[in-house]
Amino acid sequence: MMEYTDKVMHEFQNPKNVGEIPDADGIGEVGSPACGDIMRMYLKISDDGIVEDAKFKTFGCGAAIATSSKATEMIKGRTVEEAAKLTNSEVVEELDGLPTEKIHCSVLAAQAIGAAIEDYHKRKGDHSKQQ
Amino acid sequence: MKRIYLDNAATTPVDERVLKEMLPYFCEKFGNPSAVYTEAHEAKFAIEAARLQVAKAINADPKDVYFTSGGSESDNWALKGVAFKNRAKGNHIITTAIEHHAILHTCEFLEKEGFDITYLPVDDQGLISLDDLKAAIRDDTILVSVMFANNEIGTIEPIEAIANVVKEKGIIFHSDAVQALGNIPIDVKKLNVDMMSFSSHKIYGPKGVGALYIRKGVPIEPLIHGGAQERRRRASTENVAGIVGFGKAAEIASEELEDNMAHLKALRDALIKGVLGKIPQVRLNGHPVKRLPGNANFCFDYIEGESILLSLDLIGVAGSSGSACTSGSLDPSHVLLAIGLPAGVAHGSLRLTIGRHTTMDEIHYVVDNLVEIIERLRKMSPIDAQSPIDDAVYHH
Repeated sequence: MMEYTDKVMHEFQNPKNVGEIPDADGIGEVGSPACGDIMRMYLKISDDGIVEDAKFKTFGCGAAIATSSKATEMIKGRTVEEAAKLTNSEVVEELDGLPTEKIHCSVLAAQAIGAAIEDYHKRKGDHSKQQ
Repeated sequence: MKRIYLDNAATTPVDERVLKEMLPYFCEKFGNPSAVYTEAHEAKFAIEAARLQVAKAINADPKDVYFTSGGSESDNWALKGVAFKNRAKGNHIITTAIEHHAILHTCEFLEKEGFDITYLPVDDQGLISLDDLKAAIRDDTILVSVMFANNEIGTIEPIEAIANVVKEKGIIFHSDAVQALGNIPIDVKKLNVDMMSFSSHKIYGPKGVGALYIRKGVPIEPLIHGGAQERRRRASTENVAGIVGFGKAAEIASEELEDNMAHLKALRDALIKGVLGKIPQVRLNGHPVKRLPGNANFCFDYIEGESILLSLDLIGVAGSSGSACTSGSLDPSHVLLAIGLPAGVAHGSLRLTIGRHTTMDEIHYVVDNLVEIIERLRKMSPIDAQSPIDDAVYHH
């Protein structure tokens, strides 16, 4: 089995922000069951563009669940622009590292947030900000 | 925390009785069996005694039992040894889609060397069809290799019937029996096999030792060239302590086979009944009856195998999975795909393999905790019965 850091295991055992946001302002989903990972992120964004809440639902391994939890935690309170800048390496750093084969999980987490923000812009009709 | 070990198909702890037999061969009776003095004689004698023990466990002529470094070497030797020795007769080999990698990757190597390999499919319970086998046999077929029992899903292939089909055509037949030894009866003469692979560490013996049964007269090249050990067919100074341990382990496995099978079966059936009865949306992989007595393999819909394993590990339980995340590749188990499971389902597999030391209390503990683990992980999953997602690839 994979050698995970204590932080990854802690996050896997105590994931934050699990669930859905019924009136989400943006929803993003990446991955496929065939690959063994699906992440769906829900964002609640205030009128002045602050990420007020973020939740996730993830089908995947321990690293996929841990990165989903950490990534949603990291963007809460950020502006949409700052949240969109979240990189996978920031998430990996916060977890004290991931095994090489698991880096793609952190990439997926960042992509899922990007997809949710894209959805938010689309809903707002703000085409200029679409990525 | 008390650990519960349910990965006995991966390896088993060395039996105390086995270890006791092995110990004198490290420091006292350390002689090189090929030499002429007393220390050498003790070692030589011990190897031959072990050969007799292994031969008896599989009803073989002791002269047909060759010690190797393990199951993988035995598989490599059987395939490469026969392929290269019989190339003038033909270059076609038949095997199955669900073999261990020691067979499949050896076949891939042989393909690069110009051999033509047919991989027989299996049905949804993991059985090959004799009709498929008959149809695959050609004039240039030199070898057929079909595993006795599958390591992942536990399905037991009809080896005697397969051997009869193959032998009727005068083709050499090999079977990887690494998972079968100690778990189901093996009689190489009744089964009519030419070659059979065995491993010590799956039957409470030490790691790094195994055997290849080669019926007298089977044309085969050595895999390891060098000294005259193993009747000039497998060079290298013998792993004397390991061989002694393997011999003792085979003797115990053979003597206790019936009791062990009854024990494993009772616990396995309780495990399967508990999981299928208490957890929704789960399937049992492999054959319901023709399966190893200690093997249970499940797929839990909507969740991924590694997260199940991690959760089990946290409560003290060791299991395994055919999920890609546990294999270090992106694809889930080739065995689960071969029985027709969609990749998304195959990722959610859990194999629990019961052993000699497993107790009914442990099985109950695992079932009860598994109910909670599966429920918790499913609550995190974006997929469920209401919103299933098929295997379409998303923007990844």
